[in-house]
Amino acid sequence: MNPIDWIVLLVTMVGIAAYGAWRTRHTDHLDTYLKGSKSTRWGTIGISVMATQASAITFLSIPGQGFESGIGFVQNYFGLPLALIIVCAVFLPIYRKLGVYTAYEYLGQRFDSKTRLLGAGLFLLQRGLAAGVTIYAPAIILSSVLGWSLNLTIIATGLLVIVYTVTGGSAAVSLTQKWQMGVIFGGMVTAFLILLARLPAGLGFGGAAHVAGAMGKLQAVDFSFDPDKRYTLWTGIFGGLFLSLSYFGTDQSQVQRYIGGASLREGRLGLMFNALLKIPMQFFILLLGALVFVFYQFEPAPVFYNRVEWSRHAAGPGGAAFRALEEKHAALHVVKQEKIRAWLDTRDRGDSAAEPAARAAMVAANAATDVVRKEAKAALTAADPLAKTKDSDYVFIGFILAQLPHGVIGLLIAVMIAAALGSKAGELNALGTTSTIDLWRHFRPLAAHDEVRNVRAAKWLTAFWGAVAIVFALFAGFSENLIEAINILGSIFYGVVLGIFLVAFFLKKVGGTAVFWAAIAAQTLVIVLYNVLTISYLWYNLIGCAACVVISLGLQAALGGKPSLATDEHG
Amino acid sequence: MRPKPDDDDPPGVPGFRTWRGVYVFVFVAFAVVVAALALFAHVYA
Repeated sequence: MNPIDWIVLLVTMVGIAAYGAWRTRHTDHLDTYLKGSKSTRWGTIGISVMATQASAITFLSIPGQGFESGIGFVQNYFGLPLALIIVCAVFLPIYRKLGVYTAYEYLGQRFDSKTRLLGAGLFLLQRGLAAGVTIYAPAIILSSVLGWSLNLTIIATGLLVIVYTVTGGSAAVSLTQKWQMGVIFGGMVTAFLILLARLPAGLGFGGAAHVAGAMGKLQAVDFSFDPDKRYTLWTGIFGGLFLSLSYFGTDQSQVQRYIGGASLREGRLGLMFNALLKIPMQFFILLLGALVFVFYQFEPAPVFYNRVEWSRHAAGPGGAAFRALEEKHAALHVVKQEKIRAWLDTRDRGDSAAEPAARAAMVAANAATDVVRKEAKAALTAADPLAKTKDSDYVFIGFILAQLPHGVIGLLIAVMIAAALGSKAGELNALGTTSTIDLWRHFRPLAAHDEVRNVRAAKWLTAFWGAVAIVFALFAGFSENLIEAINILGSIFYGVVLGIFLVAFFLKKVGGTAVFWAAIAAQTLVIVLYNVLTISYLWYNLIGCAACVVISLGLQAALGGKPSLATDEHG
Repeated sequence: MRPKPDDDDPPGVPGFRTWRGVYVFVFVAFAVVVAALALFAHVYA
């Protein structure tokens, strides 16, 4: 990065944070602090919902996923539009009608205190753990490739987000997310256009897509019923539906984004905005990764894309073996380039007789380079069992740094940091709100009517969770595959929480005691099954939810009589 | 006269008089996107 990149980065990031903090510095009413401005329109709500979900890992890992495995990951989002329709039709009207601050407050009104605390506790546990990952994941990658101090990156980004989230609460989060998403969209479209311009002359988008397709990178939809396959149409629609329903309907970091706003209409339109745009947006990011793959077919490509990790070992005592692998890969890469050009030539000539053989030769050449990449990863593990062998997260950032002009590099780094700040702010805001409303205010009911004291408590608790996330990120060792770790963690807890809410909405005869113990039993079942079975983790959303609903019905029937009445009266 | 409940507010989107219509539109758009993705994969396979 040169001074131009630094100027672009600092002006956009610090400028947006300072603007958000300054515009919302007089937010001293609890309602505004926790739910945001009542004049918020659907566009801001829609962008805020999108920004909270899209973390920095979305823009670092997902292009890498498109590069490595193709665009099939888009199926993970197939349940999302259906889930948002259900949230709009069922969840949102109830939350607004009751005027709750948190989703778990509703559980207290519908069931009892213990069920409310269970819901809030599961949220704080799951989201509190994820908050550390949200801040750590981009920091580890950015610090590695840019040579920044990891701890300094974590502390700087963490403090920046704490300042404006604590100052302006929900209003500041929504306001800054709007500008941050502007930077993100601008940066990603710029990267896409430059990438297209950098493809070999005459290839164009169509030719690049044909190369990517022939190499198996554009299999967007998999209709197979194999339950062990992680991403298929069916895991996406059914598992993804339950994951999305739980995330958007019951996770406070999302609920908080849409329960405020000018009216129910604005919240609904904001969610429908996401229902329409989310799949195309994820497709675009994955496609960007697939096109980066094509780009490197015509350029010298490294055998391993985490160059810092590779160089560290290549400079060690076993360096000769690493250099031999690099040379072997480079030679096979040249052969592959020839095969690709030969295949494109048969296509241009319309030689349908020679085309199948040329395609098979190209695919075989690609498989040969893949084998060397696997050998390189095995060599890294042999040299150091703790070596980071997943390099797909480094593909897109490596492309940005090596191929984009200065200024645009700063803009793209700003994209990553903007995404990190946006999602982090949504999480902190929700953690602070849930701690204030469902714990602090619940256990100190006499303080419930003291507006100033409530806002002060909310600010302290938001800052507390920000500090927890920073400390967690500084001292915890995380799984290498971070985005999957977050999704797996979510899938283990989300299904049961969704089950509690579905019982609350649709099974009026089931009371608090039955659903509470059913949730405990269902959560235990999911954890046991996760350790025993090898099925796609998305299915645990469905299993946890179904188990909670069925056991609730069974327990209520066994308990007999009328359900226990709601005993929770404290907002 | 009692004010109209929040839930009954029309979507206020040109061409849609009810929320049910909006939901059907979003569902159909989703189906079209999935079909377009399958077609995209087929064309460039």
